[in-house]
Amino acid sequence: MQPAAAEVVVVVTSPRAAITQRSMSIGRGSGRLAVLAGLWLVSLVSIAAVLPEDRADGLYHYYNGGGIQIDGPSLLVRKKVANNVSVSANYYVDNISSASIDVVTTASKYEEKRTQMSLGIDYLHDDTIMSASFTTSDENDYAADTMNFSISQEVFSGLTTITMGYGRGSDVVTRRGDNVFSEDVDRRAYRLGLSQVITRNLLVGFFYETITDEGFLNNPYRTVRYIDSNPGNLLGYAYEPEVYPGTRTSNAGSVRARYHLPYRAAVYGSYRYYTDTWDISAHTAEVGYTHTLGDPWVFDFSLRYYTQTKAEFYSDLFPFQQAQNFLARDKEMSTFSNNAVRLGVSYDLIRDGWSFIDRGSINLIYERIMFNYDDFRDLRGTAPVGEEPLYGFDADVIQLFFSIWF
Amino acid sequence: MSSAYRRLFLLLAVLSMSACSMEPWVKPYERDRLADPIMAFDRDPVSSAYIDHVREAREGARGATGSGGGGCGCN
Repeated sequence: MQPAAAEVVVVVTSPRAAITQRSMSIGRGSGRLAVLAGLWLVSLVSIAAVLPEDRADGLYHYYNGGGIQIDGPSLLVRKKVANNVSVSANYYVDNISSASIDVVTTASKYEEKRTQMSLGIDYLHDDTIMSASFTTSDENDYAADTMNFSISQEVFSGLTTITMGYGRGSDVVTRRGDNVFSEDVDRRAYRLGLSQVITRNLLVGFFYETITDEGFLNNPYRTVRYIDSNPGNLLGYAYEPEVYPGTRTSNAGSVRARYHLPYRAAVYGSYRYYTDTWDISAHTAEVGYTHTLGDPWVFDFSLRYYTQTKAEFYSDLFPFQQAQNFLARDKEMSTFSNNAVRLGVSYDLIRDGWSFIDRGSINLIYERIMFNYDDFRDLRGTAPVGEEPLYGFDADVIQLFFSIWF
Repeated sequence: MSSAYRRLFLLLAVLSMSACSMEPWVKPYERDRLADPIMAFDRDPVSSAYIDHVREAREGARGATGSGGGGCGCN
């Protein structure tokens, strides 16, 4: 479920407009409770938030790593349809060609296409923005529908924005070549966010999200391997289907900060802690620097580190068939880490307006992600069972997109 | 309502009101740097949505990314 629109951080992301629209003054109350209560309410609603800017983006994305190649477009359009209503639409495609390590060792190469469409609406009332969006995603063996709702409120003279969100997803999992197999997944997400102006140069954001899943949560094609001492099996191991628990609940909390330097540049950082009922815990940290050159050029450089522990039912090699109730050998469930380096450049093609366009930019972002697995082995070579080399791969991620504001 | 409760309620109301109507420590005219697009947490939603999707499909962790909704509904 991709977000159809920026929501909570809208005030922070567009503070230039917000500044011009905010009313900062409020009278002092008398001693009467009713007056105090009235003023308290007025103080809450007298500072106007703003809707996101009218904007259209056309993006081409490309991913290549670990034997998987994915590319496609993403088109996102957002437009105000009234003074206090903004609507958005997103069309997104993944063209997937997969010969991943799992596919190479246990199946055959495949190609598929995933198409996703989103519609969103934001309603502004004083300092409150209410948002709703619907997303539908479809591929030949997986369909997902998701609704998201959120409400954000500015307080403390626009220095603080609090947001609450709720998401509900309904997925249907099927299997190619199997007309009988069909399973459901029910997903719910609960979100809380707080964006805070600390100083005239420093913004901080806190986010918390709980997600619950219920249903068929494993991949219907994926298998686990176990030691098979049968003399007829020259490999020394065999495969059986994965079995995941039917429920999963995760909690993630993060903090982000951006600091404007004395010249027109910014440094930023973030940290996220994650834990779930499958015993996976993860840390994510990122630092970056944004530099400008004149008005039209923006350069961005960042480093990201991610590490996680394995799910309690994960093993690269189980000691025997059906060794436990739940079985996984999905490398996303293993103990691993990755490092990413990201470079971005943006150039404003249109700065002074042209026809109905106020501003336009072209953007190129390149990211290299290096994955290293601690307990997922590469079975492509020949080695004693359980002593194969550990797996790892590098991925290249490219985004090229045009943006116009109108 | 007893007198003590009334005083407490009055005190809380005053504190609450003063907090909401207080003078902001960063005045509107001091927010020019915060207003710069390079200070946006999510400068390009079309890009952040994509990269969130790339990461979520390959990592066990999910959520609290700060954007509108996590999860891609895919395995």
